[in-house]
Formats: sequence, C-alpha cells, structure tokens
Amino acid sequence: MDFLNAIVAFSNFVVVPGMAYGAQLALGALGVTLIYGILRFSNFAHGDTMAFGTAMTILVTNGLLALGITFGPLPTALLALPVGIIATCLLVLGTDKLVYKFYRKQKAAPVILVIVSMGVMFIMNGVVRFIIGVRDIRFADGERFIVSARDFKAMTGLKEGLAIKTTQGITVVVAVIVVAVLFWFLNKTRTGKSMRAFSDNEDLALLSGINPERVVMVTWMIVAALATTAGVLYGLDKSFKAFTYFQLLLPIFASAIVGGLGNPLGAIAGGFVIAFSEVTITYAFKKVLIYLLPENLEPSGLVQLLSTDYKFAVSFTILIIVLLFKPTGLFKGQSV
Amino acid sequence: MKNLLMATTAISMMAGAAFADGHAEDVKIGVILGFTGPLESITPAMGAGAELAMTEVSESGALLGGSTVTSVRADSTCIDAGAATTAAERLVTADKVNAIMGADCSGVTGAILANVALANGTVMISPSATSPGLSTAEDNGLFFRTAPSDARQGVIITNILQDRGVEEVALTYTNNDYGKGLADAFQAAFEAAGGTVTISAAHEDGKADYSAEVGALASAGGEVLVVAGYVDQGGSGVIRSALDTGAFDTFYVPDGMVGAKLNENFGAELNGSYGAYPGTDSQGAADFAALAEAAGFDGTSAFAPESYDAAALIMLAMQAAGSSASADLKDHVMSVANAPGVEIFPGELAKGLEILANGGEIDYVGASAVDLIGPGESAGNYQEIEFADGVYSTIGYR
Repeated sequence: MDFLNAIVAFSNFVVVPGMAYGAQLALGALGVTLIYGILRFSNFAHGDTMAFGTAMTILVTNGLLALGITFGPLPTALLALPVGIIATCLLVLGTDKLVYKFYRKQKAAPVILVIVSMGVMFIMNGVVRFIIGVRDIRFADGERFIVSARDFKAMTGLKEGLAIKTTQGITVVVAVIVVAVLFWFLNKTRTGKSMRAFSDNEDLALLSGINPERVVMVTWMIVAALATTAGVLYGLDKSFKAFTYFQLLLPIFASAIVGGLGNPLGAIAGGFVIAFSEVTITYAFKKVLIYLLPENLEPSGLVQLLSTDYKFAVSFTILIIVLLFKPTGLFKGQSV
Repeated sequence: MKNLLMATTAISMMAGAAFADGHAEDVKIGVILGFTGPLESITPAMGAGAELAMTEVSESGALLGGSTVTSVRADSTCIDAGAATTAAERLVTADKVNAIMGADCSGVTGAILANVALANGTVMISPSATSPGLSTAEDNGLFFRTAPSDARQGVIITNILQDRGVEEVALTYTNNDYGKGLADAFQAAFEAAGGTVTISAAHEDGKADYSAEVGALASAGGEVLVVAGYVDQGGSGVIRSALDTGAFDTFYVPDGMVGAKLNENFGAELNGSYGAYPGTDSQGAADFAALAEAAGFDGTSAFAPESYDAAALIMLAMQAAGSSASADLKDHVMSVANAPGVEIFPGELAKGLEILANGGEIDYVGASAVDLIGPGESAGNYQEIEFADGVYSTIGYR
C-alpha cells in the first residue's frame, strides 16, 4: 500500500505535469528546429508566433461561445484551433514575404537573420498585446479533470491523490497525433521529401529541380500550425498571457538545442529532457521516501537536490553540458 | 555713519518683520511616484489623492498665513533606482521642493532616501513602501511612511493563522524585494510564536508552469499554503496548480494577493481560504472615498488614502513647525500624527491647521487611520477576509 502511495505521489507531482509540459515544449521545439533545418536560422519570433496563434484562437473561441457552440466535455478552443492556424499561417507568410525573403535573396548570413527575427519578435510582441491585451486570460472550458485528486482517493482508498487534467490528456494525445502526422509527411510525401532534401543539401536540391520558394512556404505553414497548436495547448493547460509566451522562448530553444538543432526527433526528446529535469531535480522526495523507507530511516529534511529557485539553472546546465560534449545535440543535428 | 548703519539695520529688521507677518509663500511639495512601470495602474489615484490634500489646504488659506501649496510631479518608475534618483534630484535642486511625498516602491524609495533626501536634508513621506529594510535605514529623522512595514504584516499573518489553530504551513513567495521581505518577516514571526514553516520556496513571476514549485511544496506538506505573491502574476499560477494536483485545499493570501481577480480566477474552489490586506473600518476611509469621488477619482484604489495622508502630514507638520523648511518640519511629523490632540479626518485639514496655528495639539487620523510608530512608520490596520460561496468578504479588522 505504501509502495502504491509513493508511486501515486510521484506520478501526481512529477510524471503527469512533466509529460504535459514536455509535450508542449516538444511541439514548440519542433517549430524552431524545422526553421533551423530548412531556413537555416534561429527564429526568435517563435514564442510570439505561438502567442499570436493562441490570441487568434481565443478570439474565435469567444465568438463560438457567444454563438452558443461548445465542444461538449472538450475545450471549445480545439474547435477554434484551425481558424487560429490559418490566421497564423497568413501572418508568418506575410512576414516572410515582407521581411525574410529580402534577406534570403541577398543570401544574408544566419546571424543577420537571427537579428532580423528578433526585430520581428518585438513587432509581433506589440501586435499581440495590441490585439488582446496584457492580461491573464483563461479560456479552458468543458470538463476540467479526467481524474481529480479527490475522486482518485475515493476510488482507490489510497492516501495520495492523482489528478489528471483534461488539458494534460489532450496535450499528450494531440502532441502524439501531430508528431505522427509530421513524420509521415516528412518521410512519405513528395513535398516532405523535398523539404528534407533541401535541408540536407540546398545546392543538390536546387539542381534536382526542387522549387525553393515552395519548400519555404510549406515550412512556414507547418511551423505556423505547430506553433499555434503548442501555444493553444500550453494556454489551455495553464493560462494565456503575452509575456509568458515570450519567456517560453528560452526553454524551447534549450529543448531544440539539447535534442540537436534541425533534427525533429531530437526536438521531441529535448522537450521531455528539459521538462523532466526542471521538475525532477527540484522535487522534494521527502513524501515519497517516507512511504518507501522503514520508519527508522525516514528523512527529516526535504530531500531536495536543488531548491526550486534553481530550476532554470538546471535546464541551462544540461544545455551547457550537451554543447560541451556533444555539440550536435543528443540526436545528431547541426552544430550551433 | 553710525546713524546710517543703525537706520539700515532698523529698516531691514522692520522689513523682515513685515515679511514674516504676511509671508504668504508658495510651498512646493514633490510627488514622486511610478507613473510609468509596474505600478502605473494605481499611481494616478495615488497622485490625485496627494494633490487633493494640497488643494484642500491651499483653498483654506490657513497654512502659514495663507500660503498656497503646489504639487510638482516626478516619475520614480518603481524599478529603476537610477532614474528615480535623477528625478528626485531634479525636484530638490531645480524645482526646490520643500518636502517629498513618495516614493512608491521600496527599492526606489531607499535609493532616493540615501542619495537625495539625506544629502539635501529633505523630508520624505512614502505612502506605499512596505519593505522592513526601510525601518532601519539611516534617515536622520527625515523619512516617514504612512504604509506599514511588512514586518508588521508578518505578525498579523501569524496571529490569524494561530487563532485558527494552524501550526504547520508551507510558504511560497514571489522572487523580489516585496516577496522575499514579507516571507522572511512572516517566517521569523511564525517560528518565534512556535509554528513550523515546512518549506519556503520562491516562484518567478511571468512563468506559467509551476509544477516544480508545487511538487516541492506538496512534498514538504503543511495545513495551509501561504502565497506571498501577486494576484495577477505567479501567485495565481501557484494556487491553480496546487488546487489542480490536490496539493493544498486551504490558502492564506497576503496583501499582494487580495483582489477581485481571485474571485474571478478561482471562485468556489477557494472556499475556506483566508487572508488579510491593509484597510480600516475608521470613519476616515469613507470620508476620503466621498471626497475622492467628488474630485473625480477612485478613493478606494490601493494606497490612495495613504497618499492623501502623506501629503496632509507634511503640511500639518509645516504648520506645527511654523516653517515650510524640511529641517524644521521633520521634528513635528510624529506629534501631529499621534495622540494627544483633536482627531482630524479627511476634509478637516483647515480645522487642523487652525488648531495648530492657535498653539493647540492635533491627532491626525486621516483616511488610513494613521498612527506612526517606531522609526516613523504606520502601525498598520489590516482587514481579515475569508472566502465563502466563491467570493471573499471582510470578517474583521486587526
């Protein structure tokens, strides 16, 4: 019984939140890594692209709710998501036409594109705040829990509760579907293959007649879809605030780099590594150990490796270690 | 020659006497608040509160033989100590203000005190700096505040928790001067009173994921989670995550966490939780709200009453000192603020000024029931709140 309690407590505070957070980071990192692999620069505007997509989805959600349309037990935002994705597609394609295309024509160095994307980031930052404001917005509706802590305790008779939020469930399920579709697209379709060819060797790809503008356009559209999905899932699970999305940029880049920039599989692994390292290393194991150990060995302290103040330090330490010893990331990506 | 000298002296003395008699001067008071920055939403009402007191005094014509009072505004930015110091320097050297009402945030207030007020001997009365560190800052008797120190709030929290029989709490605070100061003050007070703080964990504002923090807090355990954060920042995020994972059911919310946003965010989920924030049931608060409404701003906005009181205290102390100079008025702030004397409420500043002019004594109560203690800070009045049926309501005053 004690053993079960320990497992439940650990799942409730480490495994379940870590899975959801990891899935959100993975989706964000996928977008960053695709841009890096195909357009060859680090897109700093990614966090704000996510914020824009989410803002659009929230507006449409509000519209749907005003019309009395809901999605039953699931959040209405999922219905609004396609519209959000289309709006974000238009935004990034517009940005590409107006800004990035100019530098691509000039064959600008990646570092120039990075700075350009930073400028784009500040503008998107302002646009999002202008459209939806700086407030904290909660837009999750429908059933809140798949299993709530109280129900779980009543059901199992255990002392510890396990809570799984609907949004956490949806996050993981949607992430799995999106990743499956993305890999199918990249590996099986003609456009996907041409994208990979373009990423591997641009000159050869051009020689074999691949239209670069088409590849760039498709990439941006996929990135817009990934960013909006990641942003909406994150917002559903926590809450939407323009500033938070801007701050998400750091863990997302850490995930992409740890996994190996340009490698989609790496982005997913990186997302989970970063999420679990933040949650696990700063977790106080006192409760779990009290259940597991015999009474005379019970810890009196918190049994916490690092205080939660240092949770960001943890992800960056991992980042530095990876860059020092395996500059191409855990999975073979491009070196930074 | 001797006669000439005597005549000149006599004339100058007469002139001086005549000048002193009807010397209606233009008194300037600097209002330095964060009109831009994190507090920009509440500083307009604070500035308006201070200026309301000045207008009231100017119109009465009772201050120092009919002097008028002008407000000179400056921007403290709340967070940029360099910019705040420059702005305050300008107030003192270029605008030649007699005293300063401000600043607002604890960090910039300390910077202005150390760099400008001390160097120039200017009196400062802050309406909203609550850091315990300011109680012991070197001030040569120039610094006062109409806001209570968070050390006081630490004691209030301890009392409320112990009255409810809570012996063990977990504590999380927002990682800045306010959160850290309040958390340390509370932990010291609670442990001195025999309670246990199982863990004191910081959280960063502006992040949306608090699973790591809540995981550690839950593992450490405790009957109540004390959240020393901001309601529209990480504080709500931590409560959300703690409720969702079933880590805690009952929360204590200090001043930064009490707001209409709590009802909106959590509703019935917070039933049974409680807290306290500055406030008083004194007549003065209601009087001030009515005056403010007539003047066209919200008198119940945070720290607006304290701002009115800070400006009023400066002017009353001038009257008691018979001089508008900071060097003279600084010794009279405590005596006009505290008993004995006739109680003065908002809107009665003229009456207070006249009593002082006639050599009487006053006890300024004002909009926030001012009572200055120790190194010249408000004793602090708090209203205790509790959540029931999805909204919080005041259940008592402390």
